[in-house]
Amino acid sequence: MRFSPHTADDRRAMLERIGVGSLEDLFADLPKGVRLDRPLKITHGLSELEVARLLGELAGEDKDLGHYVSFLGGGAYDRYVPSAVGELLRRSEFYTAYTPYQPEISQGTLQAIFEFQSLMTALTEMDLAQASLYDGATAVAEAAMLAAGHTGRNRIVVARSVDPQYRAVLRTYAHGRGYEVAELPLREGRAAAEDVRSAAEGAACVIVQHPNFLGLLEDVDALVAAAHGAGALYVAVADPVLLAVLRGPGAYGADIAVGEGQSLGLAPSFGGPYLGYMAAKEPFLRRLPGRIVGETQDKEGRRGYVLTFQTREQHIRREKATSNICTNQGLMALAATMYTTMMGPRGLRQAASLSIEGAHRLGDGIAGLKGFAPAFPGAYASEVAVRADAPAEKLSAALLAGGMLGPLDLGRFYPELPGHVLFSVTEKRTPEEIDHLLEVLGGVKA
Amino acid sequence: MKTIFEEHEAGRGTSYLPERPVDVGRYLPQGELRADLRLPELSEVQAVRHFTELSARNFGVDTGFYPLGSCTMKYNPKVNEDTCRLPGLAALHPYQPEETVQGALRLMYELQQDLAEVSGMDRVSLQPAAGAHGELTGILIVRAYHESRGDTRRTQVIVPDSAHGTNPATAAMAGYEIVHVPSDERGGVDLEALRAIATDETAALMLTNPNTLGVFDEHIREIADIIHAAGGLLYYDGANLNAVMGRARPGDSGFDIVHMNLHKTFSTPHGGGGPGAGPVGVKAHLGDFLPVPLVVEEHGKYHLSYDLPHTIGQMRSFYGNFGVLVRAYTYIRALGGEGLKEASEDAVLNANYVLALIRDHFELPYERIPKHEFVVAPPEDLVHERGVKTLDIAKRLLDYGVHPPTVYFPLIVHEAMMIEPTETETKETLEHFAQVLTSIVDEGRENPESLKSAPHTAVVGRLDEARAVKQPKLVERLP
Repeated sequence: MRFSPHTADDRRAMLERIGVGSLEDLFADLPKGVRLDRPLKITHGLSELEVARLLGELAGEDKDLGHYVSFLGGGAYDRYVPSAVGELLRRSEFYTAYTPYQPEISQGTLQAIFEFQSLMTALTEMDLAQASLYDGATAVAEAAMLAAGHTGRNRIVVARSVDPQYRAVLRTYAHGRGYEVAELPLREGRAAAEDVRSAAEGAACVIVQHPNFLGLLEDVDALVAAAHGAGALYVAVADPVLLAVLRGPGAYGADIAVGEGQSLGLAPSFGGPYLGYMAAKEPFLRRLPGRIVGETQDKEGRRGYVLTFQTREQHIRREKATSNICTNQGLMALAATMYTTMMGPRGLRQAASLSIEGAHRLGDGIAGLKGFAPAFPGAYASEVAVRADAPAEKLSAALLAGGMLGPLDLGRFYPELPGHVLFSVTEKRTPEEIDHLLEVLGGVKA
Repeated sequence: MKTIFEEHEAGRGTSYLPERPVDVGRYLPQGELRADLRLPELSEVQAVRHFTELSARNFGVDTGFYPLGSCTMKYNPKVNEDTCRLPGLAALHPYQPEETVQGALRLMYELQQDLAEVSGMDRVSLQPAAGAHGELTGILIVRAYHESRGDTRRTQVIVPDSAHGTNPATAAMAGYEIVHVPSDERGGVDLEALRAIATDETAALMLTNPNTLGVFDEHIREIADIIHAAGGLLYYDGANLNAVMGRARPGDSGFDIVHMNLHKTFSTPHGGGGPGAGPVGVKAHLGDFLPVPLVVEEHGKYHLSYDLPHTIGQMRSFYGNFGVLVRAYTYIRALGGEGLKEASEDAVLNANYVLALIRDHFELPYERIPKHEFVVAPPEDLVHERGVKTLDIAKRLLDYGVHPPTVYFPLIVHEAMMIEPTETETKETLEHFAQVLTSIVDEGRENPESLKSAPHTAVVGRLDEARAVKQPKLVERLP
């Protein structure tokens, strides 16, 4: 395929107008030794028919979530997305635009971001939110950088019950700035306030996910009090769909709330593109990374939206910027805005409630199976950590043979949890599918 | 138009999920539950019309010509939008067993290979989520490399004065001090100045080539020699790779690390500001420092490999913006090696053609043959006698259905307008643009007010940015 429209005559006429004899003349200043003197070793171009067939073949090699019943979660969720979201996202006035540098012809993108900020603020019960970040993991890392900048402290405390991917990315980012990262150990699968009291001394922030990576509810009130008692900020990591039924981080005293927005209407898409969000209390406005949209008006008093508080950003502040992030995750934030609007408060609450109900059907059922036991006591939401006599690979193989995907091997991330696995349930899982899972698990021999 | 909050009417909504009653209080402690959830309630028709109206208040490449310099707003092929949504690629969970995602992994593996070939690098990571994220990955690799050699004295990253703001911001984020190198009178790196600041404290030089003026730095080999002799690494910001595919590879110029913007060079849509993808390629001696995981092939099977002894770690969750990777892969397969080269050639041809058509009407800061983009400034009489600024020209362009060029960048050119037509535009579109642009200059001489009060036809006029800061309204709530 080619998308360049020029005919041979076009090219000739253009070169003539430019005043050069050939295309080569336009590249004449490329020094010898730098010029590539052979064709690129990349396969020959294909027609659209052929390329569509090739991609269809690649896709056909995979076992997708349309054909397999998934109990995988751990940061990426197979949720139901209203048809209208997919339909509207393909409006190319949205997806073929770039970042809204010219507000007069970008009001669609800008108002959508403003609405996204408003929705995330409402869900998290915080004061404000920015326009989005790459994903949940980088949002956690950016929150830590913000806290370090605000407190002047260079120690970051993070609970081990936070998503291991987020902790890994946090370590990578922290290393660049020379910040130390300390982890709170798992106590019955959770963070403990007494560990926070000692670890948070001199720390910029304490980062806790609730419900945590193992699906468990944390004792957030005690953790916030312990963090604040040590002068550290409290960074809450929260799944926005579960926030439809749970208290928002703002309601329990968090300073910053971050998380992964994939569950708000984005396809699992093998890990990306996803959507990081960051909401904060008002005093942190000028420290937020990335884009922020605000409302204003033109001379005639017509309402409009603009990128604002840009003096935090790289294109103005360069090396003194709050982050190097250039744009946001625009189309994904738009998808989340559409999804949340379509679902409304009742739909979102129903998605969370059905997930939680399903997870408890699974959790209760598995507790009665030989060779399985609940890993931890106490309340959990939509994911169930289980100790299993059979190794994770064996469980995974048994599920696959039964047309299912999962569970996640926790030992892979937690050496302290050998033989533990995580099952995740969303609103898409029916009671019958959960019962089928239990039946298959009941037949697995250790 | 209204916001979704203004459209709200309690009790409206559509049921997308089974309405079976669930009492979450049975499962979760009462104190953990929220009392109310103040989100807007709209019928589906209302919501669909709301977002359709928003889309009508937007300008994309599909709306019209978008010569936004440095951003490579080329056409986004529609087949890409189909392939990235195939269930066998979009409906995959990142934690699925490897044997169930061989197609996705093969796609990533082949894309790693192809990007290595285009850039002249040995190994590529697809993980970075954007250009700036690729830069951070690259500079953290620089840091890890020097640390692995026990070379801890290197505290500086050199950045040209023509660089994108992300370059210095990135280097600072990786813990480096920024040293600026000036441009010479031809728009390239000033070699004498570079020799003076390249020392045993230099960790790296970050460079775009062609640079932000659109000119190819013909001294690139000398630049590489100076940096390497000082013990530093050379970093390629791939923002302008669309100028040289199949013509020159950064790896052959002496660059050690590159990032590529798949949303610029490889036709994936910009999405109104993301998602992009910023894969990073390195020379063999830096291969072990890349982020994990990489996709590797063994006996025809594809795996995610975490086995890199010096890895900088992970840059984000999972493996990259996979949906964007699928689009870029589709594009590369559709064009093939010869098509990529032709795309770059036509991008350069188009830029030079527009320049030829408008050069007599604008100030040219550098007399060079540009590559895929170029920088001009409005004529001096217009600026000084009529008080017309670049911003006014940009706003007047909106009335003609053209997206303005990048303005006021690079910083080293006063009143800069940076024009990048891309290869997918017809000769007629370029001629129309040149005609509109020159007629705006003429109009500015006769009736400067018409430019200063532009745009006249957009849904809003120029917006009061100062007011947005002084009386901030960043969120809306339900009453």
